[in-house]
Amino acid sequence: MTVLLFLVPLALILGALGLAAFLWALGSSQYEDLEGAAARILADDDLKERAP
Amino acid sequence: MSVDLDYSSLAERRADGARRLDLALDGLTCAACVYEIEAALKSVPALRSARANYADRRLTLEWSDDTFAFPEVAERLRRMGYRARPFARADGEREAMETSRHLMRCFAVAAFAAVNVMLLSEAVWIGQWGDLDPATRDFFHGVSALIAIPASAYAGQPFFASAFAALRAGRLNIDVPITLGVLLALAMSVYETVVHAPHAYFDSAIMLLAFLLLGRWLDSAMRRKTRAVAANLAALRAPIARRIGADGARSAVPPSALAPGDIVEILPGERVPADGVILAGASKLDESLVTGETDHRAVGVGESVYAGSLAFDGALTMRVEAANGGSLIDEIERLVEEATAARSRYLQLADRVSRLYAPAVHVTAFATALVWLAAGASAHDALVAAIAVLIVTCPCALALAAPAVQVAASGALFRAGVLLERGDALERLAEIDTIVFDKTGTLTTPEPRLVDASSLDAELVALAARLAHSSSHPLARALAAGHPRAAPLDGARETRGEGVAAIVDGVEARLGGPRFCDLERESAACAARDPEASIVAFRHGERTAVLRLRQVLRPDAREIIAALEERGLRVIILSGDRIPAVETAARALRVAEWRGALKPADKVAWLETLRADGRKTLMIGDGLNDAPALAAAHVSLSPIDATQLTQAAADAVFLGESLAPIVEALDLATRARGLIRQNLTFAVLYNALAVPLAMAGLLTPLIAAAAMSGSSLLVTINALRAGRARRRAAFRAAPAAQLHGSEASA
Repeated sequence: MTVLLFLVPLALILGALGLAAFLWALGSSQYEDLEGAAARILADDDLKERAP
Repeated sequence: MSVDLDYSSLAERRADGARRLDLALDGLTCAACVYEIEAALKSVPALRSARANYADRRLTLEWSDDTFAFPEVAERLRRMGYRARPFARADGEREAMETSRHLMRCFAVAAFAAVNVMLLSEAVWIGQWGDLDPATRDFFHGVSALIAIPASAYAGQPFFASAFAALRAGRLNIDVPITLGVLLALAMSVYETVVHAPHAYFDSAIMLLAFLLLGRWLDSAMRRKTRAVAANLAALRAPIARRIGADGARSAVPPSALAPGDIVEILPGERVPADGVILAGASKLDESLVTGETDHRAVGVGESVYAGSLAFDGALTMRVEAANGGSLIDEIERLVEEATAARSRYLQLADRVSRLYAPAVHVTAFATALVWLAAGASAHDALVAAIAVLIVTCPCALALAAPAVQVAASGALFRAGVLLERGDALERLAEIDTIVFDKTGTLTTPEPRLVDASSLDAELVALAARLAHSSSHPLARALAAGHPRAAPLDGARETRGEGVAAIVDGVEARLGGPRFCDLERESAACAARDPEASIVAFRHGERTAVLRLRQVLRPDAREIIAALEERGLRVIILSGDRIPAVETAARALRVAEWRGALKPADKVAWLETLRADGRKTLMIGDGLNDAPALAAAHVSLSPIDATQLTQAAADAVFLGESLAPIVEALDLATRARGLIRQNLTFAVLYNALAVPLAMAGLLTPLIAAAAMSGSSLLVTINALRAGRARRRAAFRAAPAAQLHGSEASA
């Protein structure tokens, strides 16, 4: 069972990374406009140069 | 409009020199339009960023140097069909946003911790029947402690702060037993871990926090959304003030930016943006929004005018005046203040229950310890039993019982077109037995309408409406509003104060005052028959029409009043308008109790009398003169067309032409109250089952966790029933579409 001494902290660290990522996203206002962001992803402004 | 809209002076200056301006957007109806707007604004010179927010219907502009020209942005938006109005983010809104975010951060931490602690706890529970050796169990408890203690310290902040504040003020609120339960559960679990005992309650403590935080976050998110929509509607409806600078230059500003001493110009058909004194010009004023009086008042130089009045036929120049203590506004503000102070602080049902609950729980725990000691148990065992009582009674279900219902119900209200301003309004709404209506603008439409259209030549009226689209006169605009699809006529010329004319099929068509159309005799006859109506004349060659416009009853007013009476409510009309006008309306609506010609203070006196009779009153009104009565009533509603001060005094605002949201709100409130009571009953039942177990010392962490989460889930699921839409085809006027749509442009 000594493997738990290694696995439990590892699992917790990975989970904490996910939590940190969520808190960062929340702090940088990424959840302020969910519907708008869903539509924005479809915009192809990065292809503008190739347009005629 | 002759003046460019320039709001750049309203921008907020940030630390790095950049300027930032928030705008409310009207016409934003699809999420994809967000991108369209941003793309269109990308090429505006000197604009650093334009970010549209679909959820809030807002646009934020940022620029850094002075070469930025706001009119360019306004013009591009206008061409795409959007209307943008600046608004000052209210302090309350910013605070609410911060609170909401903080709750979400706390919830995220608590949920993360709860999931992980639960995984470890499950291993321990299952291990009880298996071969889990004590060393591994202690290891799991230790890791749980390392997760749960810091997580609770962070995520528990909202509860700890509130409980501490209450205790310092010598009160008890629901957060006191929550805090006590969480802290004791953690402390006892740490002790048990240290002494290698089998039971630890880390999971209960942290899971409790996660559940409660989720409930509070939902509550605050719902409130924030309602408030944002209300602020947008207010910004879009606010008139634009045309300020004349010292150099004679005109600039358009929102009324909130006006300061005493500013000189403002008002054109016919515009609303007065602030209180002040007329410096030049004369006009008839429609003050129905201020006094409830439907007759127009002629004003001239030196007279006082009030925000919200409509200049009918003349241009005015006025100086904005600060409140000096003697004006109508001061009188009304004083009355509102008195009424608000007099309204005894309403104690919410959940608070009333928790006031009984907290002492009862603490006494039970204390008694448990005494009984155990008396029965000869060790101090340790007695303490463990007492703490177990406190843990299991930690009022999770109780704390969720009311807020969960309120969230679901205010969401349903939001969809029905009612925006709740105060959280406890729903509970108060369920208690009422009397409804007091204002007449002007509440039972009647706020804008005048064409009456008796069926007796007129429809083709001629349609032509008149097309012509009316070219006029800024309030009556013409009302006529045009009745025919929104009529195409404006080319080459229409408006003579201010007289009328508008255009050539149609080679013949001149004229719409305006009786003299302008040479119909004085016919108009006088018409006015004699219907003295309350305003007359507009129309002539197209030899074909003529005399149109009568006045405020008419809202289309479903009679139906709604009947529906309210059917529910056993006493309906009363209290109006500031002249007695004959009120009598006509009351008769048409079949309301037996009515009073006219009431001053604001008289309305408050009436409500006081009703209160003295033991009646709980819902006041519905829109005028400035209703504001004190709205504040004095048990609960109050106002239509979205009401003045700002009035809306601030009301507990909720409803949208749209129809009065149906009132019935909807009452029904929802009654239902919500029923559900809150069910939930509270359930929470008490849960305690009745769990407390004896804890007192007997039979409570294990497994039972505690199952009972707590089970009761919380049950209460929450029951609450969701408040939001379920009912099939009420008759009242499905879909005011929800107006929440963000074109309603504000009416």
